[in-house]
Amino acid sequence: MTADPVADSVAESAAGFVIGRRSPAAAYSDRFAAASAGGAIRLAEIPFLTHLNVRADPASPAAERIGTALGVPLPVEPGVVTEGGGLSVLWLGPDEWLVVGPDGAARELRERIRGAAAGEHVSVVDVSAQRTTLVVAGERARDVLAHGCALDLHPREFGPGRCAQTLLARTGVVLVAKEDGFWVLVRSSFAAYAAEWLLDAVVEYTAVECRG
Amino acid sequence: MLLIACPWCGPRDEAEFHYGGQAHVAHPDDPAALSDEEWARYLFFRDNPKGLFAERWSHAAGCRRWFNAVRDTATNEIHAVYRVGEPRPVNS
Amino acid sequence: MSTQPYRREGVTGRVLRFRFDGRDLEGLAGDTLASALLAGGVRAVATSVRLGRPRGVYAAGCEEPNAVVQIEEPFPEPMLTATTVELYDGLVATGLAGRGRLADRPDPARYDAVHAHCDVLVVGAGPAGIAAARVAARAGARVILADERPEPGGSLLGTTETVDGGPGRAWAAAEVDALAALPETRVLRRTTVIGHYDDNYIVAVERRTNHLGAAAPPGVARERVWRIRAKRVVLATGGHERFVAFAGNDLPGVMLAGAARTYVNQYGVLPGRRAVVFTTNDTAYAAALDLADAGIEIAAVADVRREPGRMWAARCAERGIEVLTGHVVTAAKGEGEVTGAEIAPRTGGRAREVAADLLLVSGGWTPVVHLFSQAGGTLRYDEGLGAFTPGETRQAAEAAGFAAGVTTLRACLADGAEAGRRALAALGFGAPGVTVPVVEEEPAAAPAEHLWLVESGDYGTHFVDLQRDVTVAEVLRATGAGLTSVEHVKRYTTAGTAHDQGKTSGQLTGGVVAHALGVDVAALGTTTFRAPYTPVSFAALAGRDRGPLHDPVRTTPMHEWHVARGALFENVGQWKRPWYYPGLGEDPGEDMEDAVLRECAAVREGAGAMDASTLGKIDVVGPDAGVFLDRLYTNMMSTLKVGSIRYGVMCRPDGMVFDDGTAIRLADDHYLVTTTTGNAAAVLDWMEEWLQTEWPDLRVRCTSVTEQWATVALAGPRSREVLAALAPGLAVGKDDFPFMTWRDAEVAGIDARVCRISFSGELAYEINVSSWHGLALWEAVMASGEVTPYGTETMHVLRAEKGYPIVGQDTDGTVTPQDLGMEWIVSKKKADFVGRRSYARADTSRPDRRHLVGLLPEDPGVLLPEGAHLVSVSAAASVPSSVASAALPAVPPVLPVPALGFVTSSYRSAALGRTFALALVSGGRGRVGERLYAPVGDDLVPVTVTSHVLYDPEGARRDG
Repeated sequence: MTADPVADSVAESAAGFVIGRRSPAAAYSDRFAAASAGGAIRLAEIPFLTHLNVRADPASPAAERIGTALGVPLPVEPGVVTEGGGLSVLWLGPDEWLVVGPDGAARELRERIRGAAAGEHVSVVDVSAQRTTLVVAGERARDVLAHGCALDLHPREFGPGRCAQTLLARTGVVLVAKEDGFWVLVRSSFAAYAAEWLLDAVVEYTAVECRG
Repeated sequence: MLLIACPWCGPRDEAEFHYGGQAHVAHPDDPAALSDEEWARYLFFRDNPKGLFAERWSHAAGCRRWFNAVRDTATNEIHAVYRVGEPRPVNS
Repeated sequence: MSTQPYRREGVTGRVLRFRFDGRDLEGLAGDTLASALLAGGVRAVATSVRLGRPRGVYAAGCEEPNAVVQIEEPFPEPMLTATTVELYDGLVATGLAGRGRLADRPDPARYDAVHAHCDVLVVGAGPAGIAAARVAARAGARVILADERPEPGGSLLGTTETVDGGPGRAWAAAEVDALAALPETRVLRRTTVIGHYDDNYIVAVERRTNHLGAAAPPGVARERVWRIRAKRVVLATGGHERFVAFAGNDLPGVMLAGAARTYVNQYGVLPGRRAVVFTTNDTAYAAALDLADAGIEIAAVADVRREPGRMWAARCAERGIEVLTGHVVTAAKGEGEVTGAEIAPRTGGRAREVAADLLLVSGGWTPVVHLFSQAGGTLRYDEGLGAFTPGETRQAAEAAGFAAGVTTLRACLADGAEAGRRALAALGFGAPGVTVPVVEEEPAAAPAEHLWLVESGDYGTHFVDLQRDVTVAEVLRATGAGLTSVEHVKRYTTAGTAHDQGKTSGQLTGGVVAHALGVDVAALGTTTFRAPYTPVSFAALAGRDRGPLHDPVRTTPMHEWHVARGALFENVGQWKRPWYYPGLGEDPGEDMEDAVLRECAAVREGAGAMDASTLGKIDVVGPDAGVFLDRLYTNMMSTLKVGSIRYGVMCRPDGMVFDDGTAIRLADDHYLVTTTTGNAAAVLDWMEEWLQTEWPDLRVRCTSVTEQWATVALAGPRSREVLAALAPGLAVGKDDFPFMTWRDAEVAGIDARVCRISFSGELAYEINVSSWHGLALWEAVMASGEVTPYGTETMHVLRAEKGYPIVGQDTDGTVTPQDLGMEWIVSKKKADFVGRRSYARADTSRPDRRHLVGLLPEDPGVLLPEGAHLVSVSAAASVPSSVASAALPAVPPVLPVPALGFVTSSYRSAALGRTFALALVSGGRGRVGERLYAPVGDDLVPVTVTSHVLYDPEGARRDG
């Protein structure tokens, strides 16, 4: 054990990833793993995903060209995610999307989108470090989220392919329903709060068999 | 906790929204042309009816769109929601 | 001798030991504290709040007005009704006199909350509720069935009625078990719906482990708040029996007839040995017969009516029970508990006393319309019931069963099933062919006669509200004083305002008021029903939103470094910002004052670094970005050159300062603007509001990047050399990298954007990197060994020495840029911008507006408190001579003393070698040199008004 948790965690991330880079929920990896041990719940951070915020007129030729360039159309239906080629495009608003891709793809994707925009009024902003991606999965994932999310998460209402900007406990999140659970995209400054909240919310599903 | 139908995201809890006061109060095109009284009316005076009231809401924790709603201030029932730029629906 | 002398013969079960008021007692599994106390022969359970009269168990549910207890062990909990506390081993409780005691130690239990959604919410698992739920659930609807009791069945629990040929209680249990097994149905037991709000938002509290006492498993929430959004609601909430106002109707041993029936049938407890029954309706006969079957002697039935139901009278005759029609109980007799009842003909005549230890009362039944009414439903008076029943509602909700005024079991089952079908139809489900359970034909009931009070010459012990100790005498005093509304009588007498919210007394009070006024009960109406239906613990309402989860704490990527170095933190909105770093200097025991002086000196003389990551940052892109920012800021942003930075102020249309920050121009169509830490979201919302609602023609898009970037502010005369060492590829010379420009560079091997801006007046930089690299950058800056970390307190001192205002500290929404001495930031060239018109208003050009000025206390060691008010010499002289200093001129007092303004910021300055302050002072710029006084405690502190720029007014230091 070292007396300096910060130095320790920086050394860890240096070993695993690019030197000096640290994800917003890095300090929670051990506690996430411990909470996931029982199997009913899985908590984890997917660090360093590429997040690009794209804003464009959905009816413009540029929007169509961007979809073509990405290989995934920009969804026009509210709350819908389109996926393909390792990318997910999340509907955030009627002229706003979040393109989620693998670590390190920001620069190339941004250029690809800008190229497709071809001078039309489109904004493409790298927000990869603005939020981090937490995974809440396992058979009790819905129950855990329901402690803090007022949306109806029933599979018929919010199944895979759906996303929503909403509130989880007292923080804003982008919630994405995946095949095997949920992604909770949370602002980096709220990541510790969200992690603490999730670790607290899973207590009943991990420590003691729930009777609910 | 009202359930407010965002014109894009659908029904969401009131906690996701910010209230924006009376709708259809346009910023004057040329404020300099207004008298002090007219400018003060724009700044400080709003209707406060008992009954139907067209008001602005922003889906702050969701898609961040501003929209208008016609709410009955006596019962809290929302009779219509419509997007910015759309006219207030008749009969509401 | 048996420890449970009043336990019905043959009833057995697991024995539970408990202690009440110091007595060791026993009960059986399934008991409530109330039923166990009755089994043990405990009559007086509590003491009344105002009159100190002994009180016994009166009811068998949440409507209980009397038996209010405090749980002492395993964990103290005040003001619970003994009728709703499930008995467990080791329970220690005491009776209360209307007031409980909060625990003196933290509650170790967990409480939580959960959101739920359903097609149909059924409130109440009695006959109607079960019937509704089974219809809805079998059609595939998502159903929640909530019931406040541990066991389903509602009214069936306390009776011997049969359903489908078997005991009603067993039928209910089987039906609800079957419902719970359906995948889309959730059964919530021990769950009280406490509030029914707009748009069918329902709040319920589930008591999950309360009944387990010390055996409650750790980690499982003791109570859970359910926040349910239901498409349809069926309120099958049943009814509460009410009593009648007669003398001594509060004596222990007086009990609601239906409650006594429940104690006999559900709990196997005899609430007495010999009973008198006093009724206005047929329902008490069923109670009397069940009690008789259990071995309780029924000494007499006094029925206020001339004609009771024929079949009931016949059954009484079969058992030899005397029925006195047209009679009333005029008084309960006994000292401390019932020993008899005085019965007299209703029309007057000789009274006789009948010995009894139990006096059952039924004044009729009142539907539980609380939730229906809370949700905005109207109520209408039902003559047959003598009570109000649901009328119209705008909610997608309806009442069913007795709550809707339906009286027989058969009709309640049918009504519940119909309510379920109507809910399905409204939701577009096909209704399944679900059969209605079969029940025996019930005898036709004879009409009730609504008697509210037994007339008397003295109404001093005719109680209407047992819990508030309100008698008919007090109601008459209220009506005698001229009050004619039940709402007013409620407030005057407090009837209906106790912890039981008048469940047994509300209608009775209304009846007595109507009687006193000689008006119709229907016309009088009811008082308003408000949530919560039953009391809720604050712990349940707080749930998990306590301690560190009470409010989000926002942290920067460098946060753990600050924590590890012992920083103290300041809350700025939800952010934790390092406030100062005590002990990082030579003196490890340094206090705040010394730490801040040290940090300030380091920045003014060497180099310091602050974590500035919390500043709001917004990416503004589009061909019209410059035009857009010109409209929002008071100054010109479109003329800013690419590569440059400009400070800007944003105002509301009323001309008052809203926020400030910098705009940096990244490209012709691309700016990045910063906001104050606290206003980041508000400014983005503000931008979106104008773009979406007023200027949709502008081609501009805004994106928050506050947390995309981590920012290190590097300040001080030596900051240039520190930066040069960290960024060897960056030309840092004064002319290569001028003030208010930015450069992209690699700093400590990290891609960075470096801005040359200063909030301290010193040579300074803000280094921005991706927030993933924020900690690495910070550590690299610190590793230089040349840099002192500083916190927000030092930042505040340094900026205040320069007269830079902090929005929200030196402004409060009533301050214009001109008030701040910043005329230079308000463009004269631009045709319009938000707020411009307001600078032509008479109010914004008043000469006596409050201006931002500096203050120097005449004693350079005195630190003014922020918020201190300021008065002038003449006004100061008007304070009492005992506190005014002798130096003040003797001017006659002028009251009230006009407040000229107040201190907004106050610090000790290392650079100035003294204290100083900023203040908003009426006509302040015209008062420079004037002496004012700050009343602080009992002292008047003399101060001199100065310019708000106290340090380096020439700006000589910004280039290092």
